[in-house]
Amino acid sequence: MEMLSGGDMLIRSLADEGVDIMFGYPGGAALHIYDAIYRQDKVKHILVRHEQAATHAADAYARVTGKVGTVLVTSGPGATNAITGIATAFMDSIPMVVISGQVPSDKIGQDAFQETDMIGVSRPIVKHSFMVQNPADIPEIVKKAYYIAASGRPGPVVIDVPKDYTAPNETYEYNYPESVSMRSYNPVQKGHSGQIKKAVNAILAAKQPVIYIGGGAIHGDTPELVTKLIKTLGYPITSTLMGLGAYPSTDDQFIGMLGMHGTYEANTAMHKSDLIFCVGARFDDRVTNALDKFCPNAKIVHIDIDPASISKTIAADIPIVGPADSVLQQMLPLIEKGKDKVDQPALESWWKSINEWRQKHGLYTKNRFDDQSEMLKPQEVVQAVYKATKGEAIVATDVGQHQMFAAQYYLFDKPRKWVTSGGLGTMGFGIPAAMGAQMAFMDETVVCITGEGSVQMCIQELSTLKQYGLPIKIININNQALGMVKQWQDMNYDGRYSEILYEDSLPDFVKLAEAYGHVGMKVTKREELMGKLEECFAMKDRVVFMDIYVDPDEHVYPMQIPLESVGDMQLSKTERTA
Amino acid sequence: MNKRRRIISVLMENEPGALSRVVGLFSQRGYNIESLNVAPTEDDSLSRLTLTSVGDDLAIEQITKNLNKLIDVVKLVDLSEGSHIERELMMIKVRATGSMREEVKRSVDIFRGQIIDVTQSTYTIQLLGNSEKLSAFIDAVGETIVLEVVRTGVSGISRGEKILKL
Ligand SMILES: Cc1ncc(C[n+]2csc(CCOP(=O)(O)OP(=O)(O)O)c2C)c(N)n1
Ligand SMILES: [Mg+2]
Repeated sequence: MEMLSGGDMLIRSLADEGVDIMFGYPGGAALHIYDAIYRQDKVKHILVRHEQAATHAADAYARVTGKVGTVLVTSGPGATNAITGIATAFMDSIPMVVISGQVPSDKIGQDAFQETDMIGVSRPIVKHSFMVQNPADIPEIVKKAYYIAASGRPGPVVIDVPKDYTAPNETYEYNYPESVSMRSYNPVQKGHSGQIKKAVNAILAAKQPVIYIGGGAIHGDTPELVTKLIKTLGYPITSTLMGLGAYPSTDDQFIGMLGMHGTYEANTAMHKSDLIFCVGARFDDRVTNALDKFCPNAKIVHIDIDPASISKTIAADIPIVGPADSVLQQMLPLIEKGKDKVDQPALESWWKSINEWRQKHGLYTKNRFDDQSEMLKPQEVVQAVYKATKGEAIVATDVGQHQMFAAQYYLFDKPRKWVTSGGLGTMGFGIPAAMGAQMAFMDETVVCITGEGSVQMCIQELSTLKQYGLPIKIININNQALGMVKQWQDMNYDGRYSEILYEDSLPDFVKLAEAYGHVGMKVTKREELMGKLEECFAMKDRVVFMDIYVDPDEHVYPMQIPLESVGDMQLSKTERTA
Repeated sequence: MNKRRRIISVLMENEPGALSRVVGLFSQRGYNIESLNVAPTEDDSLSRLTLTSVGDDLAIEQITKNLNKLIDVVKLVDLSEGSHIERELMMIKVRATGSMREEVKRSVDIFRGQIIDVTQSTYTIQLLGNSEKLSAFIDAVGETIVLEVVRTGVSGISRGEKILKL
């Protein structure tokens, strides 16, 4: 039997759990753990420049790989700096384990130097947390933490470790458990077969159906199963911001994203549908708009792994609790068998309407944006990036107008290519997220689509990118303003621009990139856009910061009208739905 | 939808932090708690928590679903869904002087309470029953003489053979 200190057990447990990369930042309470890291080479540690970035990077690593992300921070300020990233992962159900150092056990509660009650502070934004009470428990706690983070509805788990429990002078028998079972935690493995039959009958009987998928559809085999289902039925499919890529965006049956900045055809189809089949989405307020006006004629079939997401805001007529992939697996043979029941003439006329909406106000109709204007438009920048990367890049974003344009105009045909903070909407997510994604896939093109506001919230990570040779491409859609806030001030506050401009304080991003040892390029004209982008993506092993100046007055449309239905939208500065 | 008072009984791991997760859930999600009590059970790895909350069916469904989601919660039951017994203990200190001493004593007898401490000017009374009975007692003696009230909050158990156990 091997005897290890608490610190060595912790790192060894991570290695035995299969963790290859962790993102972190050292400090007093974590020093024994860092010493344990020094003694081994199985788990690679990436030294970020701010703990928030460690959490976003680990989060993105999880999003693109499907594995659990791992973070290590010290107590006090290290732990509190990690909070924004934990909350971001929590809102988007991302599996992550955050290990925080804590002051020595005998000092807890005494306002010791760098003491923060991490368990308390993180409580509302974690799936679960562990406070180590006895160093001998460390391997079992690690095993449980990874199991809880990854299973059921995934989410972040915190392990808070008092410093003395990681000290080198005391050792314990090390034994990493092969499996865990917890009497109080048994995620559902299969859907209820009676409910599934009912659901299949309702789906087959629909005349104006819409399949609505969300972040839950990214997991496991769900993308292939959803595709099979859609192809068998011939029904239209829409996705939330989080679900993009689970179904190929370039396929004709995909009617675009729904919700606040969803397409005209997706939102209109939702509103007029007689059946909504929701797979792994949660009817959140950025989708539903006013609850009392939500899809008045629709019967709702809802699959979710989390029972608390069912009938939370919108009552489900046929709820099914279970993992989306296993439920769809159960459903598909029944759908296959019953597919002749689909009312084809009704479906055809439904498609006819949808295609009319698409032609009338879709994202690719004329006049969605003016591509002859004097200034570049943000939409065409995203389209150009899409073209330059052949639609195959991993795209991380920040938050704002640029994020919505990216969601609308970068068409994802595969899952786990789209990395965005949907639920929390965290500015500052972009660069660290791109960093985490690049760390996971060194050979892929990773793009960070950002704005000059957001990018300054974690800009320090340019230094980490340099240290580890992570050649992400930063597309800064520079509208010289907090554009999304400006849009709201235009629309709801008569253009009173309160605190959204930087006057003349924006840095020279080209020089900034160069100061960090990267390549910077500035683009202001339409004629140079494509050429410079191609130049940028040809520099395979360099970080390139593209500072692209765009029209500061562009708005994101469509935009749902507050307090109205899903289908009520502002379509441009001058048009709205009837 | 009509609101009702529910009694939710929870078996949870007797772990540090478990209680704060339950209580935190209520403030975080804006659910109300009318009363809450918690103590170890015959199995010292488990504690039993009883809480009462007022809400319509949808709200209570969300509460029970979210409680069940907490990793520390092993099992729970909404006792108000079936026939059950509920009890609450109250200790109440009242001013009792002159003719009031007899009058209060009579009320205590009617409510089958006990006087458990006496001074020249006060009685401390212990009373057991459901929450309505306890409130009715306070009404009966009159709020003006009440000096202090301590209630344990509701505990409950199912009637008959039904049990909440692992
Ligand atoms: C941390 C954080 N603070 C504030 C906000 C509110 N917010 C949402 S979008 C936005 C403006 C973002 O500006 P920029 O990054 O330049 O993007 P743009 O909208 O201009 O494309 C702000 C301030 C937020 N989402 N996150
Ligand atoms: Mg901006």
